[in-house]
Amino acid sequence: MSEPILQVKDLRIHFKTFAGFVQAVRGVNFELKAGETLAIVGESGSGKSVTSNALMKLIPEPPGIYESGEIIFNGRDLIPLSDKEMSKVRGNEISMIFQDPMTSLNPTMRVGRQITEVILKHKNVSASEAKKRAIKLLDQVGIPMPEKRYKQYPHEFSGGMRQRVVIAIALAAEPKLLIADEPTTALDVTIQAQILELMKDIQKTSNTSIIFITHDLGVVANVADRVAVMYAGQIVEYGTVNEIFYNPKHPYTWGLLGSMPDIDSNSDELLRTIPGSPPDLTQPPKGDAFAARNEFALAIDYEKEPPMFQVSETHFAKTWLLHPDAPKIPIPEAVAKRIEGYLGKENMLNGEKTIRN
Amino acid sequence: MAKKLLEIKNLTQYFGSSKEPVKAVDGISFDIYEGETLGLVGESGCGKSTTGRSIIRLYDITDGEIIFNGKDVHSSKSANEMKQFNRQMQMIFQDPYASLNPRMKAGEIISEAFDIHGLYKNKKERLEKVESLLEAVGLNKEHANRYAHEFSGGQRQRIGIARALSLNPSFIIADEPISALDVSIQAQVVNLLKQLQKELNLTYLFIAHDLSMVKYISDRIAVMYRGKIVEIGLADDIYHSPVHPYTKSLLSAIPLPDPISESKRTRIPYVHEELDESASLYEVADMHFVYGTAASVKKWQNT
Repeated sequence: MSEPILQVKDLRIHFKTFAGFVQAVRGVNFELKAGETLAIVGESGSGKSVTSNALMKLIPEPPGIYESGEIIFNGRDLIPLSDKEMSKVRGNEISMIFQDPMTSLNPTMRVGRQITEVILKHKNVSASEAKKRAIKLLDQVGIPMPEKRYKQYPHEFSGGMRQRVVIAIALAAEPKLLIADEPTTALDVTIQAQILELMKDIQKTSNTSIIFITHDLGVVANVADRVAVMYAGQIVEYGTVNEIFYNPKHPYTWGLLGSMPDIDSNSDELLRTIPGSPPDLTQPPKGDAFAARNEFALAIDYEKEPPMFQVSETHFAKTWLLHPDAPKIPIPEAVAKRIEGYLGKENMLNGEKTIRN
Repeated sequence: MAKKLLEIKNLTQYFGSSKEPVKAVDGISFDIYEGETLGLVGESGCGKSTTGRSIIRLYDITDGEIIFNGKDVHSSKSANEMKQFNRQMQMIFQDPYASLNPRMKAGEIISEAFDIHGLYKNKKERLEKVESLLEAVGLNKEHANRYAHEFSGGQRQRIGIARALSLNPSFIIADEPISALDVSIQAQVVNLLKQLQKELNLTYLFIAHDLSMVKYISDRIAVMYRGKIVEIGLADDIYHSPVHPYTKSLLSAIPLPDPISESKRTRIPYVHEELDESASLYEVADMHFVYGTAASVKKWQNT
């Protein structure tokens, strides 16, 4: 197995507010290999964006505090780095695609210059070489007539085209790690599909690692190799994309999978919902943070925080239900039925193929 | 078949100069039946929100007719008649943060319409009505004294729904009511809308771009593209046997929470074909209409 390019160990981030310290990220661990895509899913306020911003050291201090932990990128811990040192990493080795392409571009600058700016800062090349590279990048991200588009302003681009420009900027210095924070949430489904295809193509050719932050499980299924499900500042389930979607173990993951209708779901049935809302992170609850919303909560959930139980070599879940002494609780029927449906469809297709062969 | 609650005939809504108008809605016709949910889908800028806003008279329409309960919505009316109409038709907006006045308490937001319509003048009666509305949308009566910023996104959208229900309407236009909410909260709000529909016999026009949610909540679906309805039919027919190439393309782009099928999915790109003057809605199956010329519809059916 190749060495991980990124290791996050016990990351804790707090914010000082008038109401007290908000414990936004409470001990997050994960790693990422070259060329791999990790999707981080969770509700708003689960700490997924704070985690990804922390990787770029974009948490303002104050009010943010890096309470503990290490972010080891390419063998070096990023947390103690100064701003000056970090500016050599940002946009160069690690770059970021933000949610809203309308606000992440400078409206007063031609898009060409916004790309060459990055190249000139991080690469030792002449201005004309930078321009050549920028035009090539525009072409690579699928913008027609790149020479003409190079000289235009962001307002002359549609939403999908703007997000392509943002991706071109993010790729300008050939980063090893690309962090995409809800890059397609503001876009239409057809444009979303194009952008996802583009990101996968780029990953194939350049072996970039991607961290993909989203709350859309369809998108996760489309792009991810590995999935981390976050709840109340912690990763509650972690595994390969197939493990998370076909063999979920955490009741929160069941809830997320159950609350999404799929095309074949019967519209007479109500959707499964996760009752209530996430806990207040100024005073995280004792025990399992999800207990109050968990219909399968055990007495111990209110007492003691569960550890990460190992399900398989690559699959972990933070729930007492996996303890050998816990009662065996099967996956809720609606979720199980859907998974069966997906796998059944798959077997049928495979079956047909073998018959034809 | 149930009775037609709303008939839209050749609705046209242009913006900008009359020489070069932006044709936001370009002559669309459809009906909405009592007690059903019609889903209206399409990409941003296709005119779906404009359609909703024209129906409820937020815009003066350029041309066409909107007939609600047998009466023309846009013909000139007395202030009194207008009020009667407003009670029947209400709207739920997309952004629960922007659509609630931050300086008003939830109870005031919900009961504001009572002042306008001179209802529930007795203080006690009014309080009871507000409390019953809050309970109907899954909040509790203590919430009446709180301001909008004290609620989460999902709770705010519930207040928006309570406000829309306050005058006992029969028809509700929901313009992307769940797009701004988290997945787990989306399901709560959609379930609430479905329950209320059953209890109060409401009719919905549900505008959205999330196609899997639209399929789940709608009885029929209309697909819009560039100001026209290109396909309309029963939700199952639209999803399982789409005819118009735009509908096919749109459906092929939905990501599903199923990694194996996602790894094999191929998107069908859509190439717009200019149609000649003879284009109109053709019935391809029972209650299933496709916009095109006779020749093009035939061609699409065979591909």
